Amino acid sequence: MTTVFKRPESLKDTETHYCSGCGHGIVHRLIAEVVDELGIRERVVGIAPVGCAVLAYEYFNFDVSEAAHGRAPAVATGMKRARPDLIVFAYQGDGDLAAIGMAEIIHAANRGEHITVFFVNNAVYGMTGGQMAPTTMLGQKTETTPRGRNALGEGAPIRVAELLAQFDGVKFVERCTVSKPRNVLKARAAVKTALSLQIEGKGFGFVEILSPCPTYWGLQPRVAMRMIEERMEEIFPLGRIKEPAAEG
Amino acid sequence: MAEKHLMCGNEALSEAAVAAGCRCYFGYPITPQNEVTAYMSRRMPEVGGQFVQSESELAAINMVFGAAVVGARAITTSSSPGISLMQEGISYIAANELPAVIVNVMRGGPGLGNIGPSQADYFQATRGGGHGDYRTIVLTPASVQEIVDHVILAFDLADRYRNPVLILIDGVLGQMVEPVEIAPPPAADLPAKDWALTGCKGRPPNKSRSLILGENELLEMNRRLQEKYRAIEAAEARHEAVDAADAEILLVAYGSPARTCRSVVRKYRERGYRIGLFRPVTAWPFPSAALAECAKGASAVLVVEMSAGQLVEDVRLTLGPAANVLLLGKPGGEVIQAGELEAEIDRIIGLHKMKRR
Amino acid sequence: MAKVTIDSRRCKGCELCVEACPHGVIVMSTALNDRGVHFAQPARLEECTGCGLCAVMCPDVIIEVEK
Repeated sequence: MTTVFKRPESLKDTETHYCSGCGHGIVHRLIAEVVDELGIRERVVGIAPVGCAVLAYEYFNFDVSEAAHGRAPAVATGMKRARPDLIVFAYQGDGDLAAIGMAEIIHAANRGEHITVFFVNNAVYGMTGGQMAPTTMLGQKTETTPRGRNALGEGAPIRVAELLAQFDGVKFVERCTVSKPRNVLKARAAVKTALSLQIEGKGFGFVEILSPCPTYWGLQPRVAMRMIEERMEEIFPLGRIKEPAAEG
Repeated sequence: MAEKHLMCGNEALSEAAVAAGCRCYFGYPITPQNEVTAYMSRRMPEVGGQFVQSESELAAINMVFGAAVVGARAITTSSSPGISLMQEGISYIAANELPAVIVNVMRGGPGLGNIGPSQADYFQATRGGGHGDYRTIVLTPASVQEIVDHVILAFDLADRYRNPVLILIDGVLGQMVEPVEIAPPPAADLPAKDWALTGCKGRPPNKSRSLILGENELLEMNRRLQEKYRAIEAAEARHEAVDAADAEILLVAYGSPARTCRSVVRKYRERGYRIGLFRPVTAWPFPSAALAECAKGASAVLVVEMSAGQLVEDVRLTLGPAANVLLLGKPGGEVIQAGELEAEIDRIIGLHKMKRR
Repeated sequence: MAKVTIDSRRCKGCELCVEACPHGVIVMSTALNDRGVHFAQPARLEECTGCGLCAVMCPDVIIEVEK
């Protein structure tokens, strides 16, 4: 018999603290699989955000640092500038990246830092208990938008991938999701493209991943996955927003 | 012997960082330290280093965190309002026990204040400055040459103790031009950076974190940090004493006011008054034992600082309530003139009916 | 015949594997594991083609597939 699927070496054999059906576990695994496949486990350095994925350094089986809330792209900049031979990625959620860390992500992207950013967008703050995120959908009820998010006064969801794609320093942007097997495999391919781009020294790569938060959406995990397809993808369309430039 | 160069404090500190082997500078422009960012933007590429004009001081200090956590020597410089913004990152650097050098060319505050020279960030520097129980080593040079020496020392102390080191200077020293000698320092015997995140080749993965949730674990981590701080206090307190042994009036000052004090002490000694100067060279750890010794015979201890009174609190803590500790403090980004200091000294001489020898 | 192994002690009962399986191989248990949840278990292994889609969806990485 041959093994079709087993835990990647880059993921520690440990239980995560994530809720049942949380997308972080899938995204962690995809990154770990690609790190293994590209053979970079011994020269990759990850950055864990503040948010639900704050403990990512307990799960990845390679070097990982924390960063203060939102500052991962600045920390990544320092790492990569000091040690260009390392493969540096930041793993960030929607509050971390698109609220408190908006300045850091925009400027790291605009400088075209040779780093990779994985942005897990679940449209809500998880760690603090389900408050509004910059990517919360209009009408979506959260702890701090009890009547549903209203564009007037609360703003409309921010499309980060489109925002970053405009910068010349940004070489690859794709939005994907983990809603069903086919999409998970596409997300895996995007993770691979982004990390390969860095290995080839081509510039800033960004992958946004729409991910479920069954707990704070108040939905069964299976239903939460359908919610991504039925509602989130309308606001955050899937696909490649910026292609990596052709050779030469 | 290395050549002497005429340089202003801000340029000299930049070149000293290069001499110390630092190849990562991250900073955001703010007056009165803009010579550093300009100098580094030219100099770093020449020596194969990295210069990033960051989007903010928040980003700058976190870039320093990133470079430090992968094992590199990194520096950032700013002035008071910018250093306030960096406090979040400095707390994280202290908690993650990373080496880093931060220079504060202090200006008048609070708020946006002005760009005049000031020493009003003493509390912020010596008490940690950000959230949580931590300390930064604080060096307070008083000449351009000492700025150079302190930058080189700061990198070694940061590496030895895995701790942020802050250098406090003011606009006067930043702009002052003096002859300096900048020689690459002899290799210090420093611990290997086996904690650095350099890729987990041939070893288990390293992680750097300050979220510590287990029962009593944060307590233990804090106790370990405090033990380190006690060791730093025991080994690294530095001071300079000028004519202090028999002083009836002991001036206490650091940075550029200490220069004014030094010349005033000379003048009054020539006239026969027993007056001396105690200069803390490290503001943290504060050289308490040395100060207590120097102040033994003094009838009056006069603290001279460009703030409303911050250093004076450490002096009072050291000497106790019985000591006659006075303050000549000037906030608002204003220099203390020699005449003001002399008037205060004359008043003390009159009050105590001090005699010439 | 393919083989699916699920570490049921670590299963959080999200059922994403059940949803993903094209052949209805995986079902939820009636029993509870130590976490107090009904866990996923391979039931009709004779139908399993070893496609691995269950493992692709598992957020807890507790499924191994061989064929």
